[in-house]
Amino acid sequence: MAKSPRSGTRALGGIKPSGALAGVVPFFAYTTVFLLIPTLVVIIAAFVSDGHLTLGNVRALGNAGFLTALKQSIILSALTAIIGAVVGGILAYAVSTARPDGILKRFITSLCGVLAQFGGVALAFAFIASFGAQGMISAWMKKAGVGPSSTLWLYQWDKGVLLVYLYFQIPLMLIVFLPAVEGLRPQWREATETLGGTTWTYWRRVAMPILFPSFVGATLLLFTNAFSAYATAAALVSQAQPLVPLQIAGTFTSETVLGQANVGKAMALAMVVVVAIVMAIYAWLDRRSSKWLVR
Amino acid sequence: MSQRAAVRRKQAIFRWVTVSVVLAFFMLPLIGMLDFTTKVRRGGRTMATWKTLMNVSEISTKYPALKEGFIASIGLSVITVVIMLALLVPTMTWVRLRLPGMSRLVEFICLLPLTVPAIVLVVGLAPVYSWVFYLFGESTLWLGLAYVVLVLPYAYRALDAGLRAIDVKTLSEAARSLGASWFRVMWRIVLPNLRTAVLSASFLSVALVLGEFTIANLFSRRNLQVAMYQLGKSDAKISVAVGLLSLVFAFVVLFAMSFVGAQRSGSRRRRRPLAAAVAPAPAGTGSVKEPS
Repeated sequence: MAKSPRSGTRALGGIKPSGALAGVVPFFAYTTVFLLIPTLVVIIAAFVSDGHLTLGNVRALGNAGFLTALKQSIILSALTAIIGAVVGGILAYAVSTARPDGILKRFITSLCGVLAQFGGVALAFAFIASFGAQGMISAWMKKAGVGPSSTLWLYQWDKGVLLVYLYFQIPLMLIVFLPAVEGLRPQWREATETLGGTTWTYWRRVAMPILFPSFVGATLLLFTNAFSAYATAAALVSQAQPLVPLQIAGTFTSETVLGQANVGKAMALAMVVVVAIVMAIYAWLDRRSSKWLVR
Repeated sequence: MSQRAAVRRKQAIFRWVTVSVVLAFFMLPLIGMLDFTTKVRRGGRTMATWKTLMNVSEISTKYPALKEGFIASIGLSVITVVIMLALLVPTMTWVRLRLPGMSRLVEFICLLPLTVPAIVLVVGLAPVYSWVFYLFGESTLWLGLAYVVLVLPYAYRALDAGLRAIDVKTLSEAARSLGASWFRVMWRIVLPNLRTAVLSASFLSVALVLGEFTIANLFSRRNLQVAMYQLGKSDAKISVAVGLLSLVFAFVVLFAMSFVGAQRSGSRRRRRPLAAAVAPAPAGTGSVKEPS
């Protein structure tokens, strides 16, 4: 690649092609050590035990504990992805009708950026502080006479954890989906109206087909996001290990159990495989949807 | 004409209803945090928690772990930002000037961490870090080396937008023909022109590092988030207050950046962050022109 003829002028010359390559060596060396080697370690070590090639680690994944965690992780990720995508999608459309550089849009996108990408432990704390035994919202619910009597639900993967996950999934949907919604041109709506179409026709026949690939793509992205999340779940669930990331962390901290570390790597590999499948579908969809968006 | 106005009005109502409902969901837990930190057992309010938090000497005597974590996180932010800039700015400029064929590869590598879950990265980093800790000592600050990888995608996008907005080639040609060395070109020409992009890449990295939990926790190192998490078990009020503070800080950073980055011509690209992230569409397929 680097040998391709360049149209560099003399001022930029002075260093031979091999010298030019030297300029990117630090970058590649660094990413090799801290990104590529770790990825390879996970892939290779999943099949190695005591220096031998083995399928034992992968076979160990067949135990009931891991399969349950995998199933629950997938259900949780799928549910929060779909709910998050629908709610976040509606929100994204609502925001897109606001003034492009208005304060509302800046406020919402910044808030969503924080909740989607920087939250982690703090988000779990927010829910514990609000819905816990002494929480503000629990107190309201008690006063109103609704809601469960105990706060145990908050720490269960299919109730509390699901709610907290939505708290970062909806914002992520807004961030990912907003550009697609903004790609809808007012002219398309006007054209529909000129041709006698109603609002319904516009949505059914124009906007939805255009947005559909982006929407599905964003949903897949939300899925992988929830699937990979660790910090929030770890801060909320302390008793059991109902999700795959928590199980991996479990094998990581209890390395006294022989061979557990490599089982952890096999679990990590399983995660990578799931994420890779979803991402492959996503990449394919994104290529289709980008046809209608300005790059 | 009146139909347009009707549509507008409907949109405005729809917008306000939706935004209010979702904002309520977003804001309530945050208000819950504030409520929790100021509550007194028999009703009433106190600012005691926040006063403690603002009082440096009290924090360091009563919560040494929090202080330690905070200092570690500050150190980690600095290290991460320095390495990230030293690694990315010259490389990206150089690739743009001399090795344009490599830009896709560099982009791909920089965006890769988005698709590798942090927990998986931890598993893979364990052997690397056992060497790092063995060779250089047990300091928490070495985590910064891994954090650079975590911030790569965000920093890359910010810097890429900045580089798009200036004509690196002409600038460096001019500097070179006037006799500047490559180092001088980088330091005195490229970097000052990238001021905004460098700033936003740095702030994003700082916000990300201050919020990092997974890697530090699993390597049993104490940064701000880990300290907060551990403190949550013994003194919930102060840890919730720290959590709220860190969220507010990240919000202020992002909100301020939304004003700074807006007028950059490269912003269009930054508006599709994750889409561009996972599908660096090959030339020819992805760049299909809009059929309008």
